[in-house]
Amino acid sequence: MFCKLALKNIRRSIKDYAIYFFTLVLGVAVFYVFNAIESQTVLLDVTPRMRDMIELTNGILSAVSILVSLILGFLIIYASRFLIKRRSKEFGIYLTLGMSKRKISTILLLETLFIGLISLAIGLLAGVVISQFTSVLVANMFEANLTRFTFVFSVSAMLKSLLYFGVIYLIVMIFNTVNISRQKLINLLSSSRRSEKVKMKNPWVCTVVFLVACAMLAWSYWMVTAGIADFISSVEENFFLVIATGVIATFLLFWSLSGLLLRIFTSLKGIYYRKLNSFTLRQFSSKINTTVASMSLISLMLFVTICVLSSALSVRNYINATLRDEIPVDIEFVKYYHTDTDGKPEATQVGSFKDELEQILADHGINADEIFSAIVAFPRYESNILSLRDTLGELADEIELTNPELYIDSPEEVIHLSEYNALARAIGNPELSLASDEYAIVANYQPAITTFRNPALAANTEITIAGKTLRPKYSEVQNGSVRLSQAYGNDGVIIIPDSISLDNKEVIEWVAECVYRDNIDKKAAEAAIEDVFSHYGIYQSPDSDGTYSSFIYFNSRQEIIDNSVSTNAMVTFIGLYLGIIFLISSAAVLALKELSESSDNRDKFTMLRKIGTSEKMLTSALFWQIAIFFAFPLLVAIIHSIFGIKFCSFILEGFGGMDLIGAITTTAGILILIYGGYFLITFLCSKNIIREHRH
Amino acid sequence: MKTILELEKVEKYYGNHSSLTKAIDNISFKVEEGEFVAIMGASGSGKTTLLNVISTIDRVTSGHIYVDGEDITSLRGDSLNQFRREKLGFIFQDFNLLDSLTAFENIALALSIQNFDTHEIEDRVKKVAKKLDIEKVLKKYPYQMSGGQKQRAASARAIITDPKLVLADEPTGALDSKSSKMLLEQFEQLNHDYQATILMVTHDAFAASYATRVIFVKDGKIFNEIRKGKDTRKQFFDAIIEVVTLLGGDANDVL
Repeated sequence: MFCKLALKNIRRSIKDYAIYFFTLVLGVAVFYVFNAIESQTVLLDVTPRMRDMIELTNGILSAVSILVSLILGFLIIYASRFLIKRRSKEFGIYLTLGMSKRKISTILLLETLFIGLISLAIGLLAGVVISQFTSVLVANMFEANLTRFTFVFSVSAMLKSLLYFGVIYLIVMIFNTVNISRQKLINLLSSSRRSEKVKMKNPWVCTVVFLVACAMLAWSYWMVTAGIADFISSVEENFFLVIATGVIATFLLFWSLSGLLLRIFTSLKGIYYRKLNSFTLRQFSSKINTTVASMSLISLMLFVTICVLSSALSVRNYINATLRDEIPVDIEFVKYYHTDTDGKPEATQVGSFKDELEQILADHGINADEIFSAIVAFPRYESNILSLRDTLGELADEIELTNPELYIDSPEEVIHLSEYNALARAIGNPELSLASDEYAIVANYQPAITTFRNPALAANTEITIAGKTLRPKYSEVQNGSVRLSQAYGNDGVIIIPDSISLDNKEVIEWVAECVYRDNIDKKAAEAAIEDVFSHYGIYQSPDSDGTYSSFIYFNSRQEIIDNSVSTNAMVTFIGLYLGIIFLISSAAVLALKELSESSDNRDKFTMLRKIGTSEKMLTSALFWQIAIFFAFPLLVAIIHSIFGIKFCSFILEGFGGMDLIGAITTTAGILILIYGGYFLITFLCSKNIIREHRH
Repeated sequence: MKTILELEKVEKYYGNHSSLTKAIDNISFKVEEGEFVAIMGASGSGKTTLLNVISTIDRVTSGHIYVDGEDITSLRGDSLNQFRREKLGFIFQDFNLLDSLTAFENIALALSIQNFDTHEIEDRVKKVAKKLDIEKVLKKYPYQMSGGQKQRAASARAIITDPKLVLADEPTGALDSKSSKMLLEQFEQLNHDYQATILMVTHDAFAASYATRVIFVKDGKIFNEIRKGKDTRKQFFDAIIEVVTLLGGDANDVL
């Protein structure tokens, strides 16, 4: 009997449930899709190293899932409370008929159960369908080949969805039961009708608050864009200050605009008194008047969503587009010395690293000549050979002042001309030539080039190294990079003539940059090298007295790419996951806010219809009322995002750069799909509610 | 005299074959231009249904209704809305003003939906507000106004478009006696001075006594009809009470 009643209730109030249902289905689908990534990655053909990274990604995704289920849990409870409110009169009638609260709770419980089951089923189905497409995306993200295209159904993701959403529904049931048991009959019966008061805010106060909010926002915007240098100088305090200012300013903006907009509109009489404009604008302003806090919150959430999505997506686009070309060599060996008590390696330890390396490889049956077209080894020196301060010359103090983030006393990378040219030959870069009193700088990291490298060269700064004074051959840096560890950008390597010999005592470490021959199996070669240098890539050579004084490790281009690819895949997935959930939450809250007044709306539209307003005018009034309500927080969020994305791209510049256009286009697409979807459903539901009911 | 409203054998049934309710059972009457007609009847007599079918809010089962020569029972969809906004003015028991709009904006809405020009809207609102003595409350919101003021604002909205026919559904139902009296005097004045044609549904004999003619409805049929003629309002009121007594109306229905 209760079952029947519950089912009938659902069917009857399906219009009210549309948003709730849509949110549940979407939530379940998204949850499944992101948790199914794990089982999709199993099918990928990747290296063991990549496999580790993928496992890490999956671990983080399931941690994020807990956060996501919390967010969705709150959203679903919020939505179900809204539904109970909508139906309070119905429950009131049940109570007056003598039904006990316990029985009403049972009906609600069954309703939640049915809705839950149906939404889980449809959500999982949608999730399974969507994840067939995402498996291609997953393979693409990890740059792996799909070993085979199969129908993927993740049992673990399904069980997880069932468990998490089961718990959420259980909590919703408990909430509903508590909610009903605390209701008073009189409130249930009379809650439908309450007269609305229009609070008018003092226009002068609003104007002042508006200007203050604008000033605060302008300051925040300025801090993260034009004033970025100030911002960077004390990141920790500024970060929270800027965010707090932004949040407060957003709230003040909505508060003041809710009062001001109406003033502005009412003064534009030509527009205000046209058709139903006065009604639409009044509806809108009364709504934002009562929802200032949630509008601000939604706007901020949308802002975070837009920034997260576009940043996460652009990082990925960047890695694919640029990183590959910037990595100069295939593999880099580094020999690091255990320093003595005075902090310097003993002279005897310093030898020709290239010979040593070839010997080690030969001992393990690898012919270095066969696999490498070039091995260029050179030492790195302490800063008392040459520091950045030395290279900057007279400009040093000024640059230090304007760029506090620079470690101006850090050692410069110094390399002899013949070594550089050997490498340049191997990787196809132009070779350089220097007179015995000249030096050159090779760099490709644009911020470093513009802020200090080129100015110092343009000022014709002379450097003194090993007692010899050199002058710059070129007035600007030469494009290029030398070391594998400069994969994310070379901020300057100093090329000196071969005639200058440097003190071996100042060596920190030796590096050997190697380039594979084109015609070899690079994967096999690298696997062999990895074997030699152990799983962790470290090889320790015992000294004659049995103590370890140095160790050798290696980095490979493939490793860097793998790391970047998987880091980016991770960032992108988490960004997408959280972004989409945030988007769903804010759109759903907006939709519920709009629909919660639909019964009042119906009365108003019925009245308008009675005085003879045409259906077309009514529909367009309703459309605009909802459209403005949805667009307003989005508009503020977009303005925030322009600066937010600028800031993000500045931060991510450290990674190289971003392909913003593509990322923003994708973000816009997701936004239109989800936010637009909620808008459309809200509009259709409202249209249905205000539709004329004839006998 | 021109006929503004003509009902021709109008019937309205509710329910199905097994339990048929005749809310309106073959009613015919005419209202001439400049008349102030009250329709009286007890609860369930069918008077509200009558008003609903005249106002096209509800459909007739059979018969025809002509307003200003046009058969409105054949109208459908948006032409119904057009008919309502151009030919009719509405006054409701519960005012039906929009909470979020000021009195001025509420009144202006009737013109806005007919795409009137802003200047004309302002002029006409001010003029009609003067007629109904609500100039002082034009800037107020419904919740800041008394019931009488609200109903006068609603009346202003109803007559601002110069409708052929003003329909009033228990306009004094939610008002105290003083406000009722004031409103009815204004109806009388509108009818007398501006030749507004008013059709008012009420169960209040006092309210009906302001009309020029009273039609009594019982069980969906016209029971009686009396005209004020040259009587004073008091005499007319007594005449109405007599019919009400005949009708077997409850004492509560009389004042």
